[in-house]
Amino acid sequence: MSGPSTYVPETGFTRWLDQRLPILRFSHDTMLTFPTPRNLNFWYAFGAILTFCLGVQIVTGIVLAMHFDPSATVGAVPGSSAAFDSVESIMRDVNYGWLLRYVHANGASMFFLAVYVHMFRGLYYGSYKAPREILWILGVIIYLLMVMTAFMGYVLPWGQMSFWAATVITNLFSSLDQVTGGLKVGSHIATWLWGDFAVGGPTLNRFFSLHYLLPFIIAAVVGLHIWALHVPGNNNPLGIDVKGPQDTVPFHPYYTAKDAFYVGLFAILFAVLVFFAPDFVGNPDNYIPANPLVTPADIVPEWYLLPFYAMLRSIPQKLIGVLVLGGAIVTLAFIPWLDTSKVRSNRFRPLMKQFFWLFVLDCLVLGYCGSQGVDAAVVGIPLVWVARLGTAYYYGFFWVLMPLIGLIETPRPLPDSIAKSVLGAAHAPAE
Amino acid sequence: MATTTTAEPTRRDFLYIATGSVAAVGAAAALWPLIDQMNPSSAVLALASIEIDLTPIQVGQSVTFKFRGHPLFVRRRSPAEIATAKAVPVSELIDPIARNLNLPDDAPATDANRETHPEWLVVSGVCTHLGCTPTAYEGDFGGWLCHCHGSQYDVAGRVRKGPAPQNLEIPVYSFLSPTRVKVG
Repeated sequence: MSGPSTYVPETGFTRWLDQRLPILRFSHDTMLTFPTPRNLNFWYAFGAILTFCLGVQIVTGIVLAMHFDPSATVGAVPGSSAAFDSVESIMRDVNYGWLLRYVHANGASMFFLAVYVHMFRGLYYGSYKAPREILWILGVIIYLLMVMTAFMGYVLPWGQMSFWAATVITNLFSSLDQVTGGLKVGSHIATWLWGDFAVGGPTLNRFFSLHYLLPFIIAAVVGLHIWALHVPGNNNPLGIDVKGPQDTVPFHPYYTAKDAFYVGLFAILFAVLVFFAPDFVGNPDNYIPANPLVTPADIVPEWYLLPFYAMLRSIPQKLIGVLVLGGAIVTLAFIPWLDTSKVRSNRFRPLMKQFFWLFVLDCLVLGYCGSQGVDAAVVGIPLVWVARLGTAYYYGFFWVLMPLIGLIETPRPLPDSIAKSVLGAAHAPAE
Repeated sequence: MATTTTAEPTRRDFLYIATGSVAAVGAAAALWPLIDQMNPSSAVLALASIEIDLTPIQVGQSVTFKFRGHPLFVRRRSPAEIATAKAVPVSELIDPIARNLNLPDDAPATDANRETHPEWLVVSGVCTHLGCTPTAYEGDFGGWLCHCHGSQYDVAGRVRKGPAPQNLEIPVYSFLSPTRVKVG
């Protein structure tokens, strides 16, 4: 799609460099002249917003690591640990430490907010459909890496929620014991992850090591994601292919400016959270030092994992619960082949559009169920049953409705081209 | 002769396979320390046992101790609790196995197989679902309720409501005297 390079080196040095390492040519072709559909809307700014989020997390994370002590040995007061104390020291003593930590902690929430919008946008406009399957799967891998990184980061302050989150998540592996009989493969994996017979000091050390590593792996997969994007080019709200130069504009200055504007708006929202409600998404129990003998009465994960938590909790059988939890994410990788429709964008899919919004609602309802107590009920309906229904719809949407609707739905007629749709047939440049 | 190809393996084929095999074994040998370093170290494996003085524990009280990094419940059961626990038929249980490390692996989960002395229940405080610590005196069975995912245990530490799949484990322990117990 990008076609032959239009880069012309202008100085003696750039001509010399271009024959040895054409890095300026590559940047010019991918970031400046890259032909981009002229009709991308607000929802397409989230790629840039996510890049911004990753940058913020890496920069603040590197600085925080200079002050953090990944040790579970006893801290200044009984019950606390060196790790817990060092986080408090970042909050109280380190110059601007409070700001850096609040940006990093809330940055995780903003990162997930943006990635969920990005994923729903991809679902709505059919951005996973051929020829963008690999692009979508790389996105699912990035999401999975983000979940792992966020989980390990959450463990580092070594508070009560840190400790018990680590216990519950690593114990997910012990469910494998139910199928491996006397071998207890699952328990051995859990012990291997802990480096001990319970979550403890060795666990904290290795989680810190991996929490530092994974963002760079994410950055590498983001590189592949963008590479895979630049082969077929962007999808667009109409979901039809680009037919020629009249359908596109150069990435710079059109989308660099548009993306920068929305990154600015996003940064304002981010700043509101950091400066006015820095503990809004956090759990106060994590300001209590980890205690291996007492589980907090109300243990919940961070908001961005609540729908999956609700699924796990709604299944009364351990192994099946864990499989349903993992399967919910694995399912995403199969979407390109589960959707049988020839039309990408939900703008032209009247039936699918309704089930799509029901799916968005379903995710929100599951999240609400996960945030409530085990035995909670709303107007007499036990939430565990609501969560079961929600889980059924989650799976049903992808594995039943998606293949079925593509076959029975009559899509609305597609426009001839992006240019005609955007400019009106009369004003469109000749093709 | 030189132009005909033969199906017979040559000395070169053998050398290729042998070289590749040595490389594979070498890579696996180099990988193993990188994997095994994550397992519990010798210091962690040096198992400790603890001794518990039972005299301060009152009838009906459940006390939590720390054993090998995990919580351990010692509960002094009242006669009414013992009677309730003994009245439950094994067929009614989610997990019919005693899970008592002092007994054979297949011992049934009768109340008698869950204790050495009916008054004293010594049981691991690790929920068999995902490892949280259940809270005593809560739930519908007079034992423990795990707040993480809602599992419930009775006064013999047997699971009565899922998602936990197994009874709370009973560690190796013995009475040194009527008021002193050694765990581990």
